[in-house]
Amino acid sequence: MTVRVLPGSVKIFSGVEYSTDYKYMCSDPGQNLIKEAIHKYRLDAIVVGSCSPHMHERTFRNAAVSAGINPFMVEIANLREHCSWVHDDIESSTHKAIELVRMAIEKVKRDKPLTKINVPVTKRVLVIGGGIAGIQAALDVANAGYEVVLVEKEPSIGGHMSQLSETFPTLDCSQCILTPRMVEVHQHPKIKLLSYSEVVKVEGFIGNFKVTIKKKARHINEDLCSGCGLCITKCPIKKKAYNSFEEDLAFRSAIYIPFPQAIPNIPVIDETVCTYYKTGKCGMCVKVCDRQAIDFDQKDTMLVADIGAIIVATGFKLYSIDKKSADSKYKGYGEYGYGKYRDVIDGLQFERIASASGPTSGEIKRPSDGKEPKKIAFIQCVGSRDDSKGISYCSKICCMYTAKQAMLYKHKVHDGEAYIFYMDIRAGGKMYEEFVRRAIEEDDVKYIRGRVSRIYEKNGKYIVKGEDTIAGMPVEIEADMIVLATAMIPQDNAADLARTIGVPYDKYGFYNESHPKLKPVESTTAGIFLAGACQSPKDIPESVAMASAAACKTIILLSSDTLEREPVVAKVNEDLCAGCFYCKKVCPFGAVEVKDVKDINGIVYKEVAYINQGVCQGCGTCTATCLSKSIELAGFNNEEIFAEIAAL
Amino acid sequence: MSANTSKDTKKLQPSFVTSPPAPDSCQNTYNNSDHTQKHTVADEISERTFQDVSLCYQCGKCSAGCPIRYYMDIAPNKVVRLIQLGYYDEALKSETPWLCAGCLTCSTRCPKEFDLAKFMDAVREIAIEKGVEVKQKNIIKFHQAFLDQIRKHGRSYEVGLVAEYKMKTLDLLQDIDSAPGLYLKGKLGILPHNIKDRKVIKNIFKKTKNKTDNRDTESTY
Repeated sequence: MTVRVLPGSVKIFSGVEYSTDYKYMCSDPGQNLIKEAIHKYRLDAIVVGSCSPHMHERTFRNAAVSAGINPFMVEIANLREHCSWVHDDIESSTHKAIELVRMAIEKVKRDKPLTKINVPVTKRVLVIGGGIAGIQAALDVANAGYEVVLVEKEPSIGGHMSQLSETFPTLDCSQCILTPRMVEVHQHPKIKLLSYSEVVKVEGFIGNFKVTIKKKARHINEDLCSGCGLCITKCPIKKKAYNSFEEDLAFRSAIYIPFPQAIPNIPVIDETVCTYYKTGKCGMCVKVCDRQAIDFDQKDTMLVADIGAIIVATGFKLYSIDKKSADSKYKGYGEYGYGKYRDVIDGLQFERIASASGPTSGEIKRPSDGKEPKKIAFIQCVGSRDDSKGISYCSKICCMYTAKQAMLYKHKVHDGEAYIFYMDIRAGGKMYEEFVRRAIEEDDVKYIRGRVSRIYEKNGKYIVKGEDTIAGMPVEIEADMIVLATAMIPQDNAADLARTIGVPYDKYGFYNESHPKLKPVESTTAGIFLAGACQSPKDIPESVAMASAAACKTIILLSSDTLEREPVVAKVNEDLCAGCFYCKKVCPFGAVEVKDVKDINGIVYKEVAYINQGVCQGCGTCTATCLSKSIELAGFNNEEIFAEIAAL
Repeated sequence: MSANTSKDTKKLQPSFVTSPPAPDSCQNTYNNSDHTQKHTVADEISERTFQDVSLCYQCGKCSAGCPIRYYMDIAPNKVVRLIQLGYYDEALKSETPWLCAGCLTCSTRCPKEFDLAKFMDAVREIAIEKGVEVKQKNIIKFHQAFLDQIRKHGRSYEVGLVAEYKMKTLDLLQDIDSAPGLYLKGKLGILPHNIKDRKVIKNIFKKTKNKTDNRDTESTY
């Protein structure tokens, strides 16, 4: 389109006092042009023909404000995304640009000055998830002086990090660096820890959420329990339930504490295996507990909390290809024999085997016969980058943790051989590439580039059939144990929780950030922030950084007593409203409430819709749905929209 | 279309290839001198198999699981690589597509859901159409003998296959020592087991033949 003809062409429209063009209207000199024109010609409204309002609407509104005009008397005709970028023909696109500006002129003539809305802020933060991201976010917010409610669905906080043996690239003990933080959370006066609890309902809006939390029955009175652990030692049910903290490599009793450093150090009774819940007998734990803390009749309780902002840090789980996840949406890996061969394990299981607190006390032993594996094969990208399994993304951490695990193996089994089958090594990060090279050069780990096709058992060995695509040669390795670096996927209930709290998620179930570059920790819902691996696969440093960023955003939000909201909200004309409440049904934000209209004697004579201005996001769905045309969206009312269309 | 001259050869190579493989046997037909509209072997394969060769990210899982990998001169994934990079002559001359048994292990396990068996079919087709000299000379004769049996009987007839193959190659004594064992295990039936409706099979052959002929005459490359 030809920009220079536009000022002259639009000058002739009624109501236009002055028009001009400038190459960078968003620059300081450009804004000054606007300000000068406002003063010189005594303008009361402006139309800017420029890029999308997403980019510079705020810039131009602020320029208008500094020149003394209401910011909502500024309209933007999108001449870039809607015109010049999408049309080749210069003549007709110029014509279109003139029409777009003309529409904006007709609208701005009918615009009314609007003032921002103020809503109060509750100074309390909800953190969902007690892994390292949730712990970090909770501590940061609490240290800034705000109250925090930390909700964890497991009996103890700590998350996956508490299961790890050592961390890359420094090889420092994971629990040693995590548990002090866990203790800090427990002791912090500003943090209320709700373990073994889940968020079931979120209502309200930024600054004013009302959150319902289900506290699942532990069957232990938390106030009485001292955490002595006698009930656990005496529990006769020892081998009926797998220990999920040990990734099913060990058993646990019916009453249990997930791991020795658990926070809070209070046991849980597993109803599904406990004899009392099956036969009504036993009660051994009751007999040995001298504080009478065992309460078989305890029920789930619901708590309601007023919350100002929410940080979601629900983390990830590992792509599991065993029988248990047969109903999963992901297809399995029959060719690798996971679940069929006991010595084919996943990354977290290896972490437990290598961990000093694990079922083997840190000695590398294979699960089937407890022998030390002399040859071990690690297979990367199991699930990750595999379109046929429905996971196209790279899980990001597997290259590093596989290198670490191979290194740990070589440090513990000096005469062992470690092979890693990889597709690409993605070691971007501080000291990461050096770490991988160290595994190859110092610890003699053999890296073979190529995906493994099949693993099968032969004479007690596992034959790994691969191809070295660099040498162009087939490779077969007789390994004693196989570790699959399985993909990171969202938690099972990630989508359900997303719907409960109202954050969008991608096709895999990871939560969506508001902007991939400039708003990476904000969700698209105001007042809800994201931290850690619930947003995309992440390693520990990234999760912690994101948690701190989310905490910072939350603190900014809570630092003022009231919040300013855009006044683009819907309003109901109560005289016209027929009370059909279709608007209530269609509102995606739950902003529509029922309001009683009373006569002079205080008697309710009709019910009408009322739109909560704090919740309304100005989407306009109710306006379009309303049968009696009694809802108007400020800044986009019917008169303005029809005038725009009529101008065409 | 205008025939290419050898001058165009260099232009058609990918820019990063330092020593052009100069695939003269196939390049003239498949590459148009107009740079923007060239129809390469890779394009042709993509059209025939309904999948883009750039899908393959060279993980090597196909080669890793291939039951006949040890007999191949180059790995199956390397054939895809050669096609991706434009080394068509080397890919078409390779033995690998001809040794591929079409067992579909690769296609089943491919993380990108790239049907490599289908790809190998297309490579074989193009090699025949272009008259590329295949290293395994007798393999085409074997394929023809096999298809003849299907045409005649509607299913594989081993004795007929062996007889026809030996007539075509005149290598009468090859593998003869394995015959008694195969016979004793019932793998070599003396008489063919014809299927009920052999006409249907014949029609399939006829229609496929017509389709292939049409494609050859209609195509613009």
